[in-house]
Amino acid sequence: MSGRALDALRGLSRIRPWEPVLWLLAFAAPAALPSHALMINEIAVFALFAISLDLILGFTGIVSLGHAAFFGMGAYAAALFAKWVLPDPLSGLLFAMAVCSVLGAVCSLSILRGTDLTRLMVTLGVALILLELANQMSWLTGGADGLQGVVMAPLLGRFEFGLSGMTAAYYSLCVTFTLFIVLRRLVYSPFGATLMAVRDNRLRAMAIGIPVSARLASVYIIAAVIAGAAGALLAQTTGFASLDVFDFHRSADVMLLLVIGGTGWLYGGIVGAVVFKIMHALLSAVTPQYWTFWIGLFLVVLVMTGRERLIRPWTWWGRSRL
Amino acid sequence: MTAWAADTVLAARGLVKCFGGITATDDVTLELKRGARHALIGPNGAGKTTLINLLTGVLEPSAGSISLLGQDISRMAPHQRVQRGLVRTFQINQLFNAMTPLQTLAMAVAQRRGQGARWWTPLGSGRGDIARRCDELLQQFHLADVMHQRTELLAYGKRRLLEIAIALACEPSVLLLDEPVAGVPAGQREELLQTVAALPAEVSVLLIEHDMDLVFSFASRMTVMVNGAVLTEGDPASIANDPRVRAVYLGQGDASAAIGARHG
Repeated sequence: MSGRALDALRGLSRIRPWEPVLWLLAFAAPAALPSHALMINEIAVFALFAISLDLILGFTGIVSLGHAAFFGMGAYAAALFAKWVLPDPLSGLLFAMAVCSVLGAVCSLSILRGTDLTRLMVTLGVALILLELANQMSWLTGGADGLQGVVMAPLLGRFEFGLSGMTAAYYSLCVTFTLFIVLRRLVYSPFGATLMAVRDNRLRAMAIGIPVSARLASVYIIAAVIAGAAGALLAQTTGFASLDVFDFHRSADVMLLLVIGGTGWLYGGIVGAVVFKIMHALLSAVTPQYWTFWIGLFLVVLVMTGRERLIRPWTWWGRSRL
Repeated sequence: MTAWAADTVLAARGLVKCFGGITATDDVTLELKRGARHALIGPNGAGKTTLINLLTGVLEPSAGSISLLGQDISRMAPHQRVQRGLVRTFQINQLFNAMTPLQTLAMAVAQRRGQGARWWTPLGSGRGDIARRCDELLQQFHLADVMHQRTELLAYGKRRLLEIAIALACEPSVLLLDEPVAGVPAGQREELLQTVAALPAEVSVLLIEHDMDLVFSFASRMTVMVNGAVLTEGDPASIANDPRVRAVYLGQGDASAAIGARHG
């Protein structure tokens, strides 16, 4: 009997065989499909953004309709840093993450109390406020024209961000992979387990001695930093930041990625980003104007039938288990 | 300040809780000795659960004070009281539905041992003392065979066992049990009664229960509450012989019969 729990606990965080395969494929992708390097870059950026939302939504149960607040802040922070301080991408990335940790700390105060509905509204409100601030402070942000003239120095002083997007793709993949590894450690740690406890039952979490407010605040800051990193990657690899990064559709899209890929297992954001971007590319090639119709239809079918069932076509015509 | 005996682990003094015009807890004074098996009984609506909520910090008292192991905890947050050894179970299961019993217990033990904020090492890593404690609890609470099932899929009796196992994972010095056998079907009752009887002797227990068989077999001291106030306190024999207690339970078939059966 003894040692059963020990082995079982060790098994929980074990690396599954498909995990390294998935990452090897990801890193092989830009080399294998050089003409799609820009798209791969975008997928990596949005996967990272979605993973950060999964941390608060899937693992901690904090709903948000304004996660673009941190994405946008990271984008502008990185772009402004490159323009006025230093064009080095890694310094800019760290600066953007630091700025977002401060923003996350301030915003975390707004999500500690209240219900899911108030949290949806408060997070939405914060993103709208930041959007209008960026719009209004055009002397700094370029306003509605966006922040032009962001020129990045070569990565590590060697790799130029060329038009091919190859450097961009590998830069984003490396950053996304590194932060993913950190988050993977985090969700399987005691800290991660207490986050799930807070998600499942806040009253009981408190009753076993978990400082619930402190947990909510710290995970919100971590998610803000990761979202900020995603925003920074986008601004650095496109050399541009516009009001669009704060827009409501960003917050909605990232939620959509998680709905597609599934919450609470970190890979949901990656799966969602890959599926969404590929669908977008295929559909907009067929019907450039009306592709969102098909995305909408897909979403409805996905949610109505359930992900488990949808990826197992052989169960479609069986009797449904009720 | 009243001087309390050195073997008092939990003491509530003059606790009052008002909700608007209603006094739910009316000047309650209660003392729990080290290693006590103390039952708190009273009809529905007597204010027993409100008292638990006051003791654990879910509610803030309108007046009065609470001390744990000689330390005033009246203004402490619920999680800080737990860290000092005051742990409760709930009348209605409060579990972590998407987690397994193993994850739940490992998480609770890790949190109790000050590792709840560790974010780089996996849960249960290290010298294995957390896993060892989980094994003990899983055995003791008959949960070993279901330790990998999602909690929401467990049978009600198992969930009730987990409810108490979580509290013990917090290594309590004072344990407040709020109706542990409530709603457990007859076939699953025995396991639960065994585990309650086998609680470690050094843990002081305050038991709220309507099941008089359990109360009288478990408790060496009893407090009776009516309408938010303490009616009387004493050993089981004197409570069973108290005409006021029997009057309170008059007409409540089972309970009054159970008390009556122990009369004289």
